[in-house]
Amino acid sequence: MNKAILKIENLTTSFRIGNKYHAAVDDVSFTVAENEIVAVVGESGCGKSALALSIMQLHNKLRTKSEGTIHYNGQNLLKLNDTQMNKVRGKELGMIFQEPLTALNPLMTIGKQIEENLDYHTSLSKDEKKQRTIELLTQVGIPYPERTYKQYPHELSGGMRQRAMISIAIACNPALVIADEPTTALDVTIQAQILDLLKDIQTRTKMGIILITHDLSVVAEVADRIVVMYAGQVVEMGSVKEIFSNPLHPYTRSLLNSIPSATHEKNRLHVIEGIVPSIAKMDRVGCRFQDRIPWISKHAHEERPQLHEVDKGHFVRCTCYKQFYFQAEGDESTHDITQSR
Amino acid sequence: MTLLKVDNLKVHFPIRGGFFRRVVDHVKAVDGVSFELQQGETYGLVGESGSGKSTTGKAVVKLNDVTSGQILFEGRDLAGLSRKEIKPFRKDIQMIFQDPYSSLNPKKRVLDIIAEPLRNFERLSPAEEKKIVQDFLDKVGLSPESILKYPHEFSGGQRQRIGIARSLTLKPKLIIADEPVSALDVSVQAQVLNFLQDLQTEFNLTYLFVGHDLGVIRHMCDRMGVMYRGRLVEEGKSDEIYENPQHIYTKRLIAAIPDLEPEVRGEKVKLRKKLTAEYESSYSKFFDEDGRAYDLKPISPTHRVALH
Repeated sequence: MNKAILKIENLTTSFRIGNKYHAAVDDVSFTVAENEIVAVVGESGCGKSALALSIMQLHNKLRTKSEGTIHYNGQNLLKLNDTQMNKVRGKELGMIFQEPLTALNPLMTIGKQIEENLDYHTSLSKDEKKQRTIELLTQVGIPYPERTYKQYPHELSGGMRQRAMISIAIACNPALVIADEPTTALDVTIQAQILDLLKDIQTRTKMGIILITHDLSVVAEVADRIVVMYAGQVVEMGSVKEIFSNPLHPYTRSLLNSIPSATHEKNRLHVIEGIVPSIAKMDRVGCRFQDRIPWISKHAHEERPQLHEVDKGHFVRCTCYKQFYFQAEGDESTHDITQSR
Repeated sequence: MTLLKVDNLKVHFPIRGGFFRRVVDHVKAVDGVSFELQQGETYGLVGESGSGKSTTGKAVVKLNDVTSGQILFEGRDLAGLSRKEIKPFRKDIQMIFQDPYSSLNPKKRVLDIIAEPLRNFERLSPAEEKKIVQDFLDKVGLSPESILKYPHEFSGGQRQRIGIARSLTLKPKLIIADEPVSALDVSVQAQVLNFLQDLQTEFNLTYLFVGHDLGVIRHMCDRMGVMYRGRLVEEGKSDEIYENPQHIYTKRLIAAIPDLEPEVRGEKVKLRKKLTAEYESSYSKFFDEDGRAYDLKPISPTHRVALH
């Protein structure tokens, strides 16, 4: 395995609601190595974006509390003050946001927005900056970089805007880029182009990428490892091959089963009952997925679910996966998936 | 039985400019689209944003003005009718909108939202009305107490169901579903899709399903049409189109769908690069000088492709 760039240990991010703090990211640990794409997957409300913003320290400090450690380059990002963090953010860690139209400044030209990043972190002269910006725009596949340099975000199409945003994120050759749903707002054809582009850039620069997404097919397309999050916790983690060929946790299996796939037959889609619990109301002791699989006996769950390593690098939380079956499969109360495989 | 027949539909929007804001040009959002829906089937319209799929859907309910062409609903042409003349048909054609957050009036209670179509067409006493609304709420799986709640008290999936209940109250024959699940999470999406299928059998509905997600379209639709720049480039049975795409655009669109099997991804990237090259080299085979796709030509009884 390559050298680890970012090491997250027991990260807990809590938001203040009223007078209490509620954890949106609960005891999350994983590492990202050089030249690796780690995908963080889950439904809305599972804490994926809260996790991304905690790594970048973009949460409002008055209302959030982050505990644990995020090791980057020998320092704990959570212990840095604002000035120190500003030096890391944008230079060492880049971020790509979901909505390119809202994340880009509508009153600044694309060129200026990329240069803004270079201004802050490098001491290039005016001409060098312009040259570097054009170079970046060419790298991300913008057809007329000279013209785009002078254009405003609204003059570009969605795909082009997302490319411009990627060029901002990679302007200072960061070691790690966090991409928060980079293709959700885009059409499939453009999505494929952007994903191919991210891969291309990665092979050139060897950067690590944390890809935050709710779309498992995107994950299958580009990621090396998957972290599945549910209600703030990591419920399953492993290599892409492992998770797609042998998903264990009920949540991962349900998610995979609920996707209408272009290649599959027209059977009924699996529906996950209920909704993701809100952070103020969830049961913080037992298995958080329990309420959404009521047909599984209460005894199948651990009292305090822990991550278990079932295979090398493949972790699953709670023991309920051993007895899980889909409701439609009938009432085989002792259905053991490890045997049926 | 043919329920809806759209023939050479054109929707052009004027671009105004210059002196006195004269019409200087037109955006040809839909430029000669023809397709047919049989009673009880689900027909899918796919394409990227800007391909004119939503405009086509809206033109069928006459939310857009039709520039030319025919929309035959049960044999009667809707395209030329005035607002007044079209009113009785509104009962039979209903629409489900994309965004459940902006398509429900935040100031109205669920009762008023769902009963609104009823109030337009039927004279019912408050008690009768309430009963109908509660029946439909029950059908879409919401609790009877919800009639006095407001839209913000519901989750995205529940709101979409309120939208669906609203479209069902008048017992329509045709429902136009404009990307009904693209704003929802996968698990909720599955719920709504299953549910749309159940309703179809129960009420014998015909769907015109507009969407950009080929996975969803394949799952839901018997037949589909692929739109590109306001024209249909390929039309036929869903399976035929997925397994044997003929038009270069359809091939690119299908190659762009991410696959759930991580093993094949290398090949996919190569396939996409190959198709992009093919798209550029054989452009004239599929599009004329103005960049318009050719007219559809049948290559099998059920499969039509826009080839030269």
